[in-house]
Amino acid sequence: MLCATSRLLAARTATALPAQPRGRGPGARCRRRELHFPGHPELDLNDFLTGWDETHFGKMGSYYINRTFFFDVHPPLGKMLIGLAGYLSGYDGTFLFQKPGDKYEHHNYMGMRGFCAFLGSLLVPFAYLIVLELSNSLPAALLTAALLTFDTGCLTLSQYILLDPILMFFIMAAMLSMVKYNSCANRPFSAPWWFWLSLTGINLAGALGVKFVGLFIILQVGWNTISDLWHLFGDLSLSVVTVGKHLTARILCLIVLPLTLYTATYAVHFMVLNKSGPGDGFFSSAFQARLSGNNLHNASIPEHLAYGSVITVKNLRMAIGYLHSHRHLYPEGIGARQQQVTTYLHKDYNNLWIIKKHNTNAGLCVLDGCKCPTPPNPYPLDPSLPVEFVRHGDIIRLEHKETSRNLHSHYHEAPLTRKHYQVTGYGINGTGDSNDFWRIEVVNRKFGNRIKVLRSRIRLIHLVTGCVLGSSGKVLPKWGWEQLEVTCTPYLKETLNSIWNVEDHINPKLPNISLDVLQPSFPEVLLESHMVMIRGNNGLKPKDNEFTSKPWHWPVNYQGLRFSGINDTDFRVYLLGNPVVWWLNLLSIALYLLLGSIIAVAVQRGAHLPAEVEGLSQVLLRGGGQLLLGWILHYFPFFLMGRILYFHHYFPAMLFSSMLTGILWDTLLRLWAWSLASSSLARGLYVVGNLSLLLGTAYSFYLFHPLAYGMVGPLAQDPRSPMAGLRWLESWDF
Amino acid sequence: MKRIFFLDGSGPPFGHMLLALGGYLGGFDGNFLWNRIGAEYSSNVPVWSLRLLPALTGALSVPMAYQILSELGFSHCAAMGAALLMLIENALITQSRLMLLESVLIFFNLLAVLSYLKFSNSQKQRPFSPSWWFWLTLTGVACSCAVGVKYVGVFTYLLVLAVAGVHAWHLIGDRSLSNVSVLCHLLARAAALLVVPAAMYLLFFYVHLSLVYRSGPHDQIMSSAFQASLEGGLARITQGQPLEVAYGSQVTLKNVFGKPVPCWLHSHQSTYPMIYENGRGSSHQQQVTCYPFKDVNNWWIVKDPGRHQLVVSNPPRPVRHGDVVQLVHGMTTRFLNTHDVAAPLNPHSQEVSCYVDYNISMPSQNLWRLDIVNRDSDAGVWKTILSEVRLVHVNTSAVLKLSGAHLPDWGFRQLEVVGEKLSRGYHESTVWNVEEHRYGKSQEQKEREVELHSPTQMDVHRNLSFLARFLELQWRMLTAKSDGSEHKYSSSPLDWVTLDTSIAYWLHPRTSAQIHLLGNVVIWASASLATVVYTLLFFWYLLRRRRKICDLPEDSWLRWVLAGALCAGGWAVNYVPFFLMEKTLFLYHYLPALTFQILLLPVVLQHISDHLCRTQLLRSLFSALLVAWYSCACHVFNTLRPLTYGDKSLSPSELKALRWKDSWDILIRKY
Repeated sequence: MLCATSRLLAARTATALPAQPRGRGPGARCRRRELHFPGHPELDLNDFLTGWDETHFGKMGSYYINRTFFFDVHPPLGKMLIGLAGYLSGYDGTFLFQKPGDKYEHHNYMGMRGFCAFLGSLLVPFAYLIVLELSNSLPAALLTAALLTFDTGCLTLSQYILLDPILMFFIMAAMLSMVKYNSCANRPFSAPWWFWLSLTGINLAGALGVKFVGLFIILQVGWNTISDLWHLFGDLSLSVVTVGKHLTARILCLIVLPLTLYTATYAVHFMVLNKSGPGDGFFSSAFQARLSGNNLHNASIPEHLAYGSVITVKNLRMAIGYLHSHRHLYPEGIGARQQQVTTYLHKDYNNLWIIKKHNTNAGLCVLDGCKCPTPPNPYPLDPSLPVEFVRHGDIIRLEHKETSRNLHSHYHEAPLTRKHYQVTGYGINGTGDSNDFWRIEVVNRKFGNRIKVLRSRIRLIHLVTGCVLGSSGKVLPKWGWEQLEVTCTPYLKETLNSIWNVEDHINPKLPNISLDVLQPSFPEVLLESHMVMIRGNNGLKPKDNEFTSKPWHWPVNYQGLRFSGINDTDFRVYLLGNPVVWWLNLLSIALYLLLGSIIAVAVQRGAHLPAEVEGLSQVLLRGGGQLLLGWILHYFPFFLMGRILYFHHYFPAMLFSSMLTGILWDTLLRLWAWSLASSSLARGLYVVGNLSLLLGTAYSFYLFHPLAYGMVGPLAQDPRSPMAGLRWLESWDF
Repeated sequence: MKRIFFLDGSGPPFGHMLLALGGYLGGFDGNFLWNRIGAEYSSNVPVWSLRLLPALTGALSVPMAYQILSELGFSHCAAMGAALLMLIENALITQSRLMLLESVLIFFNLLAVLSYLKFSNSQKQRPFSPSWWFWLTLTGVACSCAVGVKYVGVFTYLLVLAVAGVHAWHLIGDRSLSNVSVLCHLLARAAALLVVPAAMYLLFFYVHLSLVYRSGPHDQIMSSAFQASLEGGLARITQGQPLEVAYGSQVTLKNVFGKPVPCWLHSHQSTYPMIYENGRGSSHQQQVTCYPFKDVNNWWIVKDPGRHQLVVSNPPRPVRHGDVVQLVHGMTTRFLNTHDVAAPLNPHSQEVSCYVDYNISMPSQNLWRLDIVNRDSDAGVWKTILSEVRLVHVNTSAVLKLSGAHLPDWGFRQLEVVGEKLSRGYHESTVWNVEEHRYGKSQEQKEREVELHSPTQMDVHRNLSFLARFLELQWRMLTAKSDGSEHKYSSSPLDWVTLDTSIAYWLHPRTSAQIHLLGNVVIWASASLATVVYTLLFFWYLLRRRRKICDLPEDSWLRWVLAGALCAGGWAVNYVPFFLMEKTLFLYHYLPALTFQILLLPVVLQHISDHLCRTQLLRSLFSALLVAWYSCACHVFNTLRPLTYGDKSLSPSELKALRWKDSWDILIRKY
């Protein structure tokens, strides 16, 4: 509807009039997807369904519009763009995006979907231009464009509000500008040269800013740049100064510029998101003070720590969290069977501790005969007594407010870090033993000083064993609710792991002082959010006994991903690559390796190739080599990743392998045509070969298009289903 | 040793076999329990012969270091230096004095490098001569031995392969050779460096499996079929079971995935609690779980839905792929059932229960379709042990699956079994195999209970082919997950370079004599420094050569590059991969890398004295410095000697003085 040329129509015209419509060049062709499923008027209701991860990224778009702070494992640019698109198209950010399959109803989502679809549709012209630049062959470029146009997977992926179309857009744009600037190499420092070089940098920043997978295209561009510089450096006709200029230009455009842009996206991110939201607890106290609505924003709390105060204690290392305890014991066989003490990232009542003197049971009840208040009373303070402040070097006890157990340590191995001692909650109603005593020290202070909330960096030293309270940052197994381990380390090395600060401080007897102290500098904020993201990414581990997608599944198109709908009555969209395209890609990679090594060995042996073959082999080795490198870089690192993987992670690699296919088949056909004697036969063969490839992919798209546009009715194993007979692998479950 | 089957995650069996060979020759009968560190060896243990092999290989590494450097084309002085440095490295001495595999691994690593060097040197003079063949084959053999001792040996193997590949590529480019001779060269290399190691590796496993034919403590991890091929253990039970499962068969079903623990499909009288802790309701029917121990409640009877009897007819009617069956729990005679009720711990899956008719509107849905995963044909018969089957529920097409979660106390901490609705493809946790099996004979419940309690017997024998066993063992070894828990002496790779960690091996029961794995600090520090210097110099020269400024003559440049590729490369490939490993790491994992680093040290030193010291005066000054530095290293060696050999009891103050770093765990007795 939105689109001048609907996809289905394009497919049909392609079957009717083969190469003709392609000939105009995909660059001119609008490839907007049918966001309204024009082919299926009876499914209008379903148009409003959210699909799969859309709930995730759509929600984050809403957060930007509502300016609430959130936390995600990906960098912010992609979600910011989605948010912007939504904002411009009048979406008000009120849709909840709770679970896949919810209806959009009156919400205006077209802007966001349209934006993603637009970027996704640009992939085709980009691929076309890249291949054209690398091979100088129109048929190769057309073939590539056709492969991507007719791939159901790419189509499905760019229909929805996802990060992947944005990521792929930036990757392809970076690749295109890199190729363009390579071909400007004979005119260094000219205007187009500068233009393409800096555009490469901008796109790199974009790719990295959407997902960390963008790192792989940076590696590719980096490799290209290094080999380029290496050639320049070996060229003795250039002076060292000129080479230095080249180097500086590249550093400026490919390192400084992207970094600046990348940081700028974060600056915008933090500027826009200035309201407290669901992501607060992941960050440090200082960070939270920036967010309006957070209880630390414009905080007014008692300034100095006093006995009897209720406090939360936060570790200074990023992404560790608050000192925490709960009514669960360490399991048998792991140290003493006492209450667990952990660190926890979220705000919780179980993070509250009461600070007490070591020799009395309750706050300031030092006088004899004073019955100590029972624990349910949160503030064991006698209002008549004066406030006594905690000072550096004092010996204190920390009582967990909810369970009334004391922070305790002893000579038992800690659960994960065996060299350290275990930390537990011990005692009943605050009565424990001498192992509950801790000496509180402020880093770099003299004895006797008061301790300031938030600003003082404190260490807690266990009196009996002399160890320091710290968090190892390791995730406890299931029995510890996957919170982080707290230990007492006997090594007195000063690391951030063993330094804490007091964050919340509640003491009704002390006057509240507004603390306008904590304005973290931007680099600190930046660094901290990266630490939190990396930790979050590492936390996404698959569990045993779960079906997970393995990297080897991907190129063989072993298994798809359900976007929406399961049963035969549902409207189902299934993310699966067009098997003809994907298997052709797979075959092409094998063929390429074979052909490439034959040519390389022949060249190394010094065989004299005819001029035409020479040119073709150059295209194959140079251009194809770059694309192969791209495929390798975007595919193989996933084998090493411990995090949970999905099928859609393969799509950037798939773009590269499709481009490789285009170049390879064109070269193969040309070589074959060249080896034939008669020129008319050769021409005929060449044309027929190209046409059959184009038509084949187009027809396969016609067969498989319901996967992307959605299907209803019985599942494919049922012979009545429209997809009957197309379930070529048993593992496809549509 | 006692021919008991075991499984070790760190390496293939070759190293253990070598140790056992030493023990066997020394007359060790294997009756010593290696369970406590520091226990006295009893008189029947030939410690000497058990420790001989590591000690021998450790000692041989010293002359090999000399040989490698002289083959690399460096002076006798440098080669001697390398050997002397190896000699006074405390960590290497400690490691080779005890019955450990690192020194064997280092020996084979060095042997592989050395024989490759010998081979490539003889390449220039007389290709295809006997010595050429000898060294080429030895390279392959040493590589496979290194991999066979520990898997980390694979990194050295890859390094040698890479160097050989580069040399072969130059060979291809050598236009003075004819096509045929190039082909011969390539084939010879491929045979010696690819085929020979693969064959050797298979051979190790062949010997391993033929020696170790009794069942042992690690049986449980392997599949039922593998276990059945070992003597004793499961084989004793399964020997003589009928092969084909028929209607009326009594079977136990084992989950193929077996994680977190191997277990059998189980049910018992208890029911699911009416309301779970989180407020969700259940069907309140009889629990079905997965139970990791053998139990009479693990028995199930395969029933034909169309008939009533629970005995095997005569002749037995085998169950085939695609058949619809019911599974009856032997002791309670209830039917395995699943329905659209959320499972206790995985609410997205269906609950599996044994159906109890409460007369409420919840019909029993107890039909299961049999899906034999590894069938030969579509009419394949369900075979004991061999067949891996999925049970697909007929009404809901859910698949019987082990979720891996432990049920709470009401489920006796057994493992949860669920019906997986969204069965996306194949996963081992949905696959089960019949382990124990017999034909049911009694229709009466009482008799059947007696029958269930009695052990199975009958007589058929079957064996797996070597290749199948090899593949399975290999797969299990590679996927065996270490528990990831941290050991007291474990460390991270970053600590290794700076020697921030140590391992206490042994403490005398009474005195404070002790053995520690501690390196010679001077050598470690200077070896790391040498690596940095090498890298810097290498890139400097490389850039200068690119601008056609050659500081070094061509041959010494090539020598410099080759030495760097082998020594610095050897260090890198043996060190860097540890950053990616998730298992528990110890200081001794660094020793192979360290050996290569030590080899690099004299290379760099000689280079400095030959090419960077321009005047005679500087050169003699440098030699003097070297002597001072070496005596310093000797001094450190001597100081740490008591901790290396553990032969002298030191007083607490002396021990404290030796604790140069806070992180060294030197044990000090408190008297």
